[in-house]
This record gives sequence, structure tokens and C-alpha cells, in this order.
Amino acid sequence: MTFRREATMLANHRWLSPIFLLILVSFVTSIALSTRANNAYWVSSESGTDVPAREITPRMRVPPNLAQGLAGWDQVYSVLISPRCINCHTAQNYPQQGDDRHRHFANVIRGEEGRGVPALRCITCHQEVNADSTGVPGGPDWHLAPLSMQWQDKNDRPLSSAAVCGQITDRKRNENMDGKALLEHHSEAALVLWAWNPGRRPDGSMRTLPPLSHAEFVNATRTWVEAGTPCPRGR
Amino acid sequence: MATYQLNVNGQTKKVDVDPSTPLLWVLREELKMTGTKYGCGISACGACTVFLNGVATRSCIVPISLIADQKIITIEGIASDPVGRAVQNAWVEKDVVQCGYCQSGQIMSAVALLKATSKPTDTNIEESMGGNLCRCATYVRIREAIKMAAETI
Amino acid sequence: MRAATKMKSDLHLNRRSFLVASSAAAGGLLVSLYLDFPVLAQEGRPPAKVYPPDAFVHIKPDGKILITVNRLEFGQGVQTSLPMVLADEMDADWSQVVPELAPAADVYKDPVFGIQMVGGSGSIAHSFQQYRELGAKTRAMLIAAAADRWKVSPNDCRTENSVVYGPNGKSSRYAELAERAAHQPVPNTVRLKNASEFRLIGKRTPRLDSRAKCDGSQKFGLDLDLPGMKIALVAHPPVFGGRVKTIDDKQARSLSGVKDIFEIPLAKGSGVAVVADRFWTAKQARDLLRIDWDLSGVELADSSQLWTRFRALVRTPGNVALKRGDENSINRIPAARRLVADYEFPYLAHTPMEPLNATVRFEGDKAEAWVPSQFQTMDQMTIAQVLGLSPDKVTFHTEYAGGGFGRRAVIDSHVPREAAVIAKRLRGTPVKLIWTREDDVRGGYYRPMHAHRVEIGLGADGMPAAWRHVIVGQSLVAGTPFEAMMIKDGVDATTVEGVVDTSYNIPNFHVSAHNPTVNVPVLWWRSVGNTHTAFVMETLIDELAVRAKTDPIAYRRKLLKPDAKKLHAVLDLLDEKSGWRKTLPKGHAAGISCHECFETAVACAVDVSVENKRPKIHRATVAVHCGLAVNPLTIESQFQGGIGFGLTQLMGQGAITLKNGRVEQRNFDGYTPPYIGDVPVAVDVHIVPSTDPPTGCGEPPVPVISPAVVNALARLTGQRYRNLPLAQI
Repeated sequence: MTFRREATMLANHRWLSPIFLLILVSFVTSIALSTRANNAYWVSSESGTDVPAREITPRMRVPPNLAQGLAGWDQVYSVLISPRCINCHTAQNYPQQGDDRHRHFANVIRGEEGRGVPALRCITCHQEVNADSTGVPGGPDWHLAPLSMQWQDKNDRPLSSAAVCGQITDRKRNENMDGKALLEHHSEAALVLWAWNPGRRPDGSMRTLPPLSHAEFVNATRTWVEAGTPCPRGR
Repeated sequence: MATYQLNVNGQTKKVDVDPSTPLLWVLREELKMTGTKYGCGISACGACTVFLNGVATRSCIVPISLIADQKIITIEGIASDPVGRAVQNAWVEKDVVQCGYCQSGQIMSAVALLKATSKPTDTNIEESMGGNLCRCATYVRIREAIKMAAETI
Repeated sequence: MRAATKMKSDLHLNRRSFLVASSAAAGGLLVSLYLDFPVLAQEGRPPAKVYPPDAFVHIKPDGKILITVNRLEFGQGVQTSLPMVLADEMDADWSQVVPELAPAADVYKDPVFGIQMVGGSGSIAHSFQQYRELGAKTRAMLIAAAADRWKVSPNDCRTENSVVYGPNGKSSRYAELAERAAHQPVPNTVRLKNASEFRLIGKRTPRLDSRAKCDGSQKFGLDLDLPGMKIALVAHPPVFGGRVKTIDDKQARSLSGVKDIFEIPLAKGSGVAVVADRFWTAKQARDLLRIDWDLSGVELADSSQLWTRFRALVRTPGNVALKRGDENSINRIPAARRLVADYEFPYLAHTPMEPLNATVRFEGDKAEAWVPSQFQTMDQMTIAQVLGLSPDKVTFHTEYAGGGFGRRAVIDSHVPREAAVIAKRLRGTPVKLIWTREDDVRGGYYRPMHAHRVEIGLGADGMPAAWRHVIVGQSLVAGTPFEAMMIKDGVDATTVEGVVDTSYNIPNFHVSAHNPTVNVPVLWWRSVGNTHTAFVMETLIDELAVRAKTDPIAYRRKLLKPDAKKLHAVLDLLDEKSGWRKTLPKGHAAGISCHECFETAVACAVDVSVENKRPKIHRATVAVHCGLAVNPLTIESQFQGGIGFGLTQLMGQGAITLKNGRVEQRNFDGYTPPYIGDVPVAVDVHIVPSTDPPTGCGEPPVPVISPAVVNALARLTGQRYRNLPLAQI
């Protein structure tokens, strides 16, 4: 929309138009070149043509810049590696549990589909909702994130911010999710939402929440997505 | 207190209990079905294993309010299943039990394994039975009995 | 429980016992055995005078033979093996035999211990002869009845499979003869079978309780249901010996179904009982209690402080348990041939699968109790004392137990005591007291923590020339009625068993012990002192064998006294059956151990590799000398299972620890016993053929496995593991 308005303005200022066009073209080009080549910044509109992300926001505000995007990512990362999330994003054939992220008891294991093995499925114990009276967390289709989504190394240490970012933005590993899909995932996926309603432990105490509220997490995700899901440098 | 209609071993049972009561205690105390055992109360030992719509489930941690009309099968009813019968017969043939307290859960877990994997390997057995505790440590004979049952199914 | 005396192989019960026969009201022959011989463990205690109408054998009109077993059945198979013994001598039809567990009564006391109990691996060892005689005498009376009816000589009669056969084709079933047999005189002496005549004894016999334990119909203590029964839980102090100061039970009482909440005295300190209609209500109510505890004057046991204390103590000589040779000779051995080894072992919980429970109903002038008990006489006495009754007014039923391992034989009978205290207040109502798993893990009565310090001086031949051994650990019996029997010269015998009675020929052997007092209740844990002493002995002997560059079996053969007959036999048999040791794949190693306890010798070889930083045990081969093997099938199971039980000691989370007086573990998530992946995949058991009197198999499997595994690990990693539980490898 902005583009068309500017084009109209140009028509009324013939003597400025070549200079303005030059500036405009170089501006757009520089943005296109500075963004990572994963077209997260370019979001498909309903008509199928790519438009700049800023055009889908109701108010015509300036998209987050790289620094803001990275700051948003920092916040997202802090949630992803908190126990309520990372305990199911292991690199091993087992989940973790607890704030100290120890190996889940009773020798439960991943199984071929991340849902356990016969007689010892995740749903052998974990039901569709939290069972506070017995201290077992629950949610729809409780299962492990696939190994392609591991956020830890083989020694159960969380991966670096750069590594996790690289992984969750890699559409070959992240179940083909683009920025919009990632934002939707963080906003609405049931097992993600569970992290903010994790229920009570067997001793009656509430499980620790992630370091940000869900709303803050979604906002940080949005900032990061709108900045083009930038990732920090390093490994 | 609330009233629930349960489907247990093919029969309809009505109970009146606190909604937070685990299925285990509803079975044991309301229905007097003591074959399903209390071993730990935190789903760490498997003595409380029943089937819920065919899925092996640890009844000590599932509140009755979440059961609804799911089909419950307990150790008392597993003989109506040919795999269940085969497992029980193999257990007796191999003289598996010692104190016997954990064996209801062991048998239910073994049935779940064999219904999913008819010829389980040593690894399959160790993985699927890996969460069932036996303080008498009858594990060696449990392995043998599962293999025997697999041959008869 | 450790046997206080050696079972004499020629103990003839018929000199001082007699059978009393009577007819049951509904027909049939009842046979009781009245024991009247002094028991070494019970000096000064009057002999049993009362025997109830309850029998050891009851032949029913339909042919069923009820055999009463004077033991708890808690996995060891005694409800099959003792009836086998009786039925064999009786020539009974085994398919008609139905076992029953005896209630508490004088006639059912353990002939050696003098109280009714199960422990010390004594079920078969102490009652083998007794049950043989019962069976033989019953048979004699049945023959006498037939001979009387047919007017023939008893010598012309024979028996087989519950039938008496006479001359001229005559025969009668036992059921038909039972009534007449009841009026026959009981013989004073009776011929027992030769081993060659056994039809049941010595044969692999399937358990009689299998089917019921596989279809959910077997009832355990926890399964008991009585009309009007209430459930009780007790809130125990967070520190042993604490007392209730104030109780806020308003929220708890508001739950529908809560009957009563009140303070009760415990064996030490006090707690709060919650009584409700249902378990879940009682549990929720207890969770809602706000209790202020008075911990003044109560020692706050703390593991790190205790280790500091134990480590200091173990470096000083204790009370002498054994002194042989010259205790200073070790000082003259050159340093290059001396070694010092320190060992540390944590508290261990038993955690039998069936949580502790006891049900009591008090009627004012009498009471009834249902307890899965290893200690019937003591438990009955405690209940009676709490209720102000004489013990004979307490009908005490022995329920099937889901495991025990020593946990259901407690000198202060604290669980039945709690039940009785609560039942007293709820007169007329049966009260089932339940300990939750959390209560069990945190409730004390552990295998004590121990420190060992061993100084060994080797001769030039690589064999031990001097051995100085100090052990630190709480006494199991100090301050109890068992003290006089088991503490000598300030040393609790159970602290040093497995060391002082070793069959290794160690000259200049000096063993001493400290039994510190700690505010943590302790108890015998399956194989008792041998749990830690065998670990020390067998890992040290192995280390010495490595130093001497000698095969571990050969080294043991050389070091054992020549007259250690059973140990030599099992080492030979193990050597023969473990040829696989010589062809292990890369990454595997074999570990060897042997130990004799409760008069049974065991040798063990394991095939171990390391997987995921833990020992993976592929196979265990076990050789056993337990005298005559009554039921080789049960014995095989006991060794396969006992080895698995023994591995509790090696589990990564196999320790109870305390901080500031509070137990840090809560349930199986924090104290984790072995699951299927933690025990050997296969265990083959080999029994030395023998006609010696049978000795026990309940506890002997436990001590050998942990040292064998750790000896294998030593060969894989070059490390010696002296502190349990086993950390990551």
C-alpha cells in the first residue's frame, strides 16, 4: 500500500522521481540483501505474492531491526532451554524431568515415534490434561520432540543459542515451519502452552514456569520473526 | 463426590467417589478388585498397570474424572484375551512368581508388549518391561516366560 | 536374621515331642505336634504348653490335604517346599495338597529360634526334620487305621498316593481312613524314608501359589477387606523420635469420609493418625494436616556429619571381635607388601513391593489381627500389650506378603503397634493401617551405613600374612531383648559376621568393631552383615589375586582352609560350569566371588561390560552347596532372584541419605532398586549334589553378586570400587 502511495506521490513530483526511485530501489534492495536467505521476512499474502512483513501489521510500524530481532531471539532461547521445554527436546533416547533435568525415572524411552514403547508409552502415565491430585503432568498427545529438534548435546547440556536458532529455523529439520508457522506454534500449540500450565508435582508444589510469561514469549517470537528470524553468530 | 459409570472387563460398574481418586483405588476399594496393586503411587513401579482402551496405563496416577467410558481391562479380566491367557499360562509353566505382588502389572505389561510385537527380541523385552519393578527380581524368568508365550500365540 | 545356633543334623524331635491326634468336628484327621525341647535361643523361656486344635495336617473327607506351614510365604516358596516334605513322608497325593499359612501359636514356633518367625534363611533348615516326622507319623497312623479295619498286620500294608494298600487286594483312601486314624495312638518313633525313596523331595516342583498370583486372586495383607473396615495412615515426624507439638486438622477434617484424627505414641516419639473410609481420603486428609513438631533433644542425623564421625572412628581400634596370632606382625611387613583399603557403604532400604500394613480389630476382651508378618510371636505380643490383653487373646492371622527381606521382622513391631493403638481407640472397628511408599522409604529401619578399614600385609608368596580389620556400623540389637544373645564384648555379632567367620586361612587376623549410636532406626537387610562384609572380603581377595598374578579361583582355593568343604565344592563346580570365562568378547570381563553364610556356600561368576557408564551383566553362573536340595526349582529361583536383589547395592541411586535429620529420598524416583535392565540377562544355577541336611537359600545369594560385578569392572577399568553406591563408570 505504501508503495502505491509513494508511486502516486512521485507522479506529482516529476523532477524528484528519478532520485526518489533510486533511493527507494536501493533501500528495498539493501533490505533484501541484508536479510538471511530464508525469506522469513517475506511473508506470503493471500493472493500469493510476497509482500514485506511490515505490510501485514495493522499499524504501519517499522519492522524490528537486526539487533532487536536478536534480542527477541535471546528471550525465546531462554524459554526454549528452560526445563519445561527442553526436558522433551533431548538428544538421547530418553526424556528428562525436574528443574535439575535428570533422566526421567522408570526407564521410559523414546521409541520409534517419540511416544515410548509397547507397555511403556508416554500415555501409559501422561493423560490429556495435568493430573494434579497425583502429580503427573499431561497434555494432548504427550510425546518427545523428534531428534531433529534436539536442543541438547549427548551429555545433556543445552546447545548454544546459535545452534538452537540454526536448528529451529532450518526447514529441513523443523518440520518445514516458516516464521509464521513458528509464531503460530509458539502461540497455540498445546504442548507449548502446557509449559505455562505445568501442574503440580507429587508433593503438591507447583512446577516452575519458564522465565517469561507466555505473552512475553509470543511477543519476543513475533519480534524475532518479523526481524527475519536472525540467528546469533557462532556455533 | 461424583458418580461415574465405568466399563470394567466388559461390565458396567457405577461408583460414587471423589473425582480426584486414582482409578487404582476405585478398582481396589469401590469394586473390591484387588488384583491391581499399589506399589508406589507415582507410576514408578508398574504394579498398578491396567489397559485403558487397549493402552497399558498406570492406574495409580489417573484420576477417575479422566476415565469416562474408556474400556478398562484389569488382571482379573485379561484371561478373556488369548494373548492374556498365553502369558498367564507361560508364567505358571515357567514358575515365574515369587512373592507375586508385582506380577499382575508384569503380566499386563507383557500382554501389551506381545500384542504390539508378537516375536519380541531381548531388547524389545528389556525396553517394554523396563519400567516394571520386581524386588524379588524374577526378571530372568519373566524374560523366559515372555519368549515362551510368544511361541504359543 | 542370623541363625543363633547351628542346626544339629541329628536332632530327633521324636524324643521330646509327641503328636496329638483328634477328630475335627466336620470329620477328618487333625495332627498337631507338641514341641517340648529347650531351645538355645530361648534360655529361661518355658517350653510351649499350649497347642491349638489347628493342625499341621488336615485330611478332608473329599481327599484334600490341608498342610499348615509354620512360616510366612513372602516369595521364598515355603508354602510349596515344606508341604512337599510332609507329603513325601506321608505318601500323600500331591495333587490334593493345599497349603495354609499358620496363625500365631506356640506349636508353630521355629524349632531353633523358639519364636514363630521367618528369617535367618531357616524355613527349610529348621523345619525339614520337623515336617518329615509329621508326615511319617501321619502315615503310620493311617496304616494303623487300615490294619485295624482289615484285621491285618501293619507290616503287611504299604502306602502310595493317598491310598493304603493291604494284603489280598485291599485298599482304602486316606480320606476314608482319616476318622479312624484319629483314634490311633501316636507313635513315639517312626521310620523316615531313605533319600532313594523320595518322590517329591529333591524334585523340581512347581509352586502351588502360581496361578492365584497370576490371575489377581491371591490376597496379600494390603488386600484385606472386612465389613466396616476403616483405613488409617499415620503422619510420622520428619526426624526420628520427634513429637507432636500442635495439630491443625481443620482442613483435613472437612473432607467427607474422614472419621478421626488424633495423636498417637510411636515406638519413639509420636505421630498423628488419620482414619477414613477410604485410602484416598485418608491420604488427602493427611496431606492437609499442619503439624508443628517438637524436635528438642532429638539428634538430627546427617549423612555428611556421620561420615566424618565414622571415618574418624574407623581409624581407631574398636572392641575386639577376633584376635588370632600376633596383632603386631603387620607392622613388620615391608611397606611394598602392605595395603590399606577403606570402604564406605550407605543406609539401604528394603522396599518390598507390598507396602507395610497391619489390620487389627479390638473387641475389648479379645482382638484379631491380620499381618503379613515375619515375626508373628513378637507382633502378637506387641498387639496384646498395647491392647492390655494376654497374647492368647489375640487371634493373629499370617497373611501372604509381597516381599519382606527382613523388613517385616522388626523387634519393636512398630507397624502392628501403630495399628493396635489406633484399633484400641476405634473399638469394634477393624482398622487397616497402611504405610505409603513414601512412609516406607523415609520411615527408617535401614541396613546401617558402614565404614571398613582393612590393613593387609602380604607374605612373599602373595598370600595374606597379617590382616587388621576395623568395622564401624550401628548395632542392630543394642537396647533390645536380643542384645544378650547377639552382643559379646561390646561387639554386635551381625556387624562382623562374614569376616570373623571367614574360611580363608588368615594368620595374624585382628578384627574389631565400633557400634556407634545414631538416631536412625536400623534393621537386618537380607543377609544382614554379609551385605557389606562379603563385599569387602571378596573384592580384597580378588585384588590380592591380581597382585599375585594368580587366577581368582585358584587364589581362593589356595587361601581357603582345606576343611571348608562347601566352599571348595562350589568353587570346583563354578570352575566347571563357567568355561565361558575363557572366551569372552572384547569389552567384557569376568568377575568371581564366593561366600558362605547361613551354612550355605555360594560361588559366582559374572560376565560384565560397561554400557552407558553402568555395568551391563550379560550372564551370571552360580554354584551352590545347600545340602539336600528340597525343591531345586525354588532354589534356582531364589538364586536368580537373590542376585537381582543383591544388585540393589550397586544401583546409582541405591542409597538412603539424611540431611539435618531428614531422609532425602521419597520414593522409587529417588531410591531406585534394580529394574530388568539392571540384573543379569541370564542366570544359570548349579547345585552341588548332597544328602547333607538342607541349609538355607533365602539370603546366601545376596552377598556374592556385588563383589563379583565390581571385580569384573576392576579388570575392565583398572579401578577398584570401594564406595557404594556405584557412581558412573
